[in-house]
Amino acid sequence: MKIVVLVKQVFDKDSNINVSGDGVLTNREDLTLSTNESDAYALEEALQIKEKNGGEVIVVSVGNDSVLTVIKDGLAKGADRGLHVKIDNEESLDALDLAKLIHASIKDENIDMVLSGLQSDDKGNGQTGILLAELMNLSHASLVMGTEIQDDNSIRVKRELEGGWFQWTDLSLPTSLTIQSGINKPRYSSLRGIMMMKKKPIDVKSAEDLGFTALQKSKVMKMYIPEKTKETVYIEGSVNEIVDQLMDKFANEIKIF
Amino acid sequence: MSILVFIQQENGKINRLSLEAITGAQQLGAKLNQPVTACVFDENSANELKSYKLDKIVCINDSQLVEYNPITFANVMEQIISNENSTLIIAGHTYEARDWIPRLSARLDLPFVSDCTGFKTDPNFVVIRSIYQGKISSDVSIENNNGFISFQSGSFRADEIQVGSCEVIQVSVDLSQSTDLVRPGEKFQEATGAVDLSRAKIIVSVGRGIGKEENLPIAEELAKSLNAEIGASRPVVDYGWLPHERQVGSSGQTVIPKMYLALGISGAVQHQVGMKGSDCIVAINKDPNAPIFEIADYGIVEDLFEIVPKLTEKLNAR
Ligand SMILES: Cc1cc2nc3c(=O)[nH]c(=O)nc-3n(C[C@H](O)[C@H](O)[C@H](O)COP(=O)(O)OP(=O)(O)OC[C@H]3O[C@@H](n4cnc5c(N)ncnc54)[C@H](O)[C@@H]3O)c2cc1C
Repeated sequence: MKIVVLVKQVFDKDSNINVSGDGVLTNREDLTLSTNESDAYALEEALQIKEKNGGEVIVVSVGNDSVLTVIKDGLAKGADRGLHVKIDNEESLDALDLAKLIHASIKDENIDMVLSGLQSDDKGNGQTGILLAELMNLSHASLVMGTEIQDDNSIRVKRELEGGWFQWTDLSLPTSLTIQSGINKPRYSSLRGIMMMKKKPIDVKSAEDLGFTALQKSKVMKMYIPEKTKETVYIEGSVNEIVDQLMDKFANEIKIF
Repeated sequence: MSILVFIQQENGKINRLSLEAITGAQQLGAKLNQPVTACVFDENSANELKSYKLDKIVCINDSQLVEYNPITFANVMEQIISNENSTLIIAGHTYEARDWIPRLSARLDLPFVSDCTGFKTDPNFVVIRSIYQGKISSDVSIENNNGFISFQSGSFRADEIQVGSCEVIQVSVDLSQSTDLVRPGEKFQEATGAVDLSRAKIIVSVGRGIGKEENLPIAEELAKSLNAEIGASRPVVDYGWLPHERQVGSSGQTVIPKMYLALGISGAVQHQVGMKGSDCIVAINKDPNAPIFEIADYGIVEDLFEIVPKLTEKLNAR
């Protein structure tokens, strides 16, 4: 099995993201970066499929040089090689642009599977893996919570549906799966893994080399802090004061005693 | 030019998000001065649509469309969009919509702006999306107003659908091109435990802010002193710290307690849909910009590890 895993670098979830009046992120430098959560589960699933069935795992990430961190992390955990799709303004691409760029970068590989997280923690378009399936003429399944290779030509996946339901679905290979968080327990990289990572190859393909131009058929015109729709009563003061006020609300307003 | 609203149905019943999408499509049609066509794969649902203010109802009745299949759905919708000359295709942001629309978006080379919360038309038409886990909103334009839009749960109100009358037009489509690349099988539920959070009076719910499994007792002791059930956000369940039956949200339980006390939960939309019907929401979160404060009745912007043990102590001393 030759498996491509798409990994995105995003701002850490605990980051205090802020925008100025003209709609640009103001504190980019202060924000920590990490691997998109569901992508980490996708990587783990790819590694487990490889360990069971043999094959190769290629970690692909799109962005500036900073994304080398997430590629190296994937290599340290056990992926075989990396592909850095280099572009400076990744954030300005819409989902369709991004999928076309990734397509251009991997179309010459003879892939059995593309695995990616089901959506990113930053823009949350939730489309990349499925767009890619159509562009590459692959089958696909989204919201995947389990995988089982059947034979050389098919895979069975467990898909999450709404409200606690699931569904088994069989797919012809090659396929593109978008992975939901919780499917497995992502591993940590070992010291040995980190040593081995240093010897693993990372290919670089730039958007220009690939002849890529962004069409930006959908485009972010403005960013802003959401308007509040509800009047929240903030309880403030020292810890003791807060707790006393809260006890009072419990008793007299929420009336739970 | 016309607006096409896709109607999802389950067993002859229209999905709630599709009803909300009709309201959205009607409002958009009025603003952009475009007719609104509804498209549905089921006779009963088509009849239900007759009493709404729509310009056209297209019904495709085919046994291959009874069960959801992304490839078949995309193939059918490709034909309908072309027949109807639809430029804006609108749907509720359901698990099905997010699964088949991207395929067609890539095939037709038209953008799909997913999970939107509304739109503006002044001065130009843009859709509104929340990004960065709900911390930021964005206005997104669509080239030539030509593409797909899905609206998140609660973006419009189903009870604001404008009524009217409209005939159903039966349409047949060519499904001979359909492949069996994707073969959906049976649907099932995992064995559920004894916990029914939907009946709980008080819920103390823990999020990723609890930090590690070893910290859970801090929340559990608070729950005990309030006689409350423990709930959780998805990551806490994904990490295996609490069982799935404790998960609140779109892929967990929907709860309506008298009080929902959220500890270290950011308030992502998938969590909100499971708990925003609570009578009273109290949130403790150290990030003043956390989206949970958009729906909380009472907010405490503090470290939960400072507040919760003291609160438990006071409750126990009562
Ligand atoms: C298809 C789909 C289905 C999903 N279904 C669900 C679902 O059913 N239920 C669900 O919950 N999620 C669901 N999610 C995930 C959802 O998008 C969020 O990722 C998740 O709800 C985040 O959980 P959280 O708030 O605990 O974590 P985070 O978003 O990481 O928030 C943690 C919060 O804790 C705060 N915090 C950290 N430390 C402290 C401290 N010491 N004191 C106080 N506050 C602190 C932080 O400020 C932050 O706001 C789903 C996602 C998808 C894509």
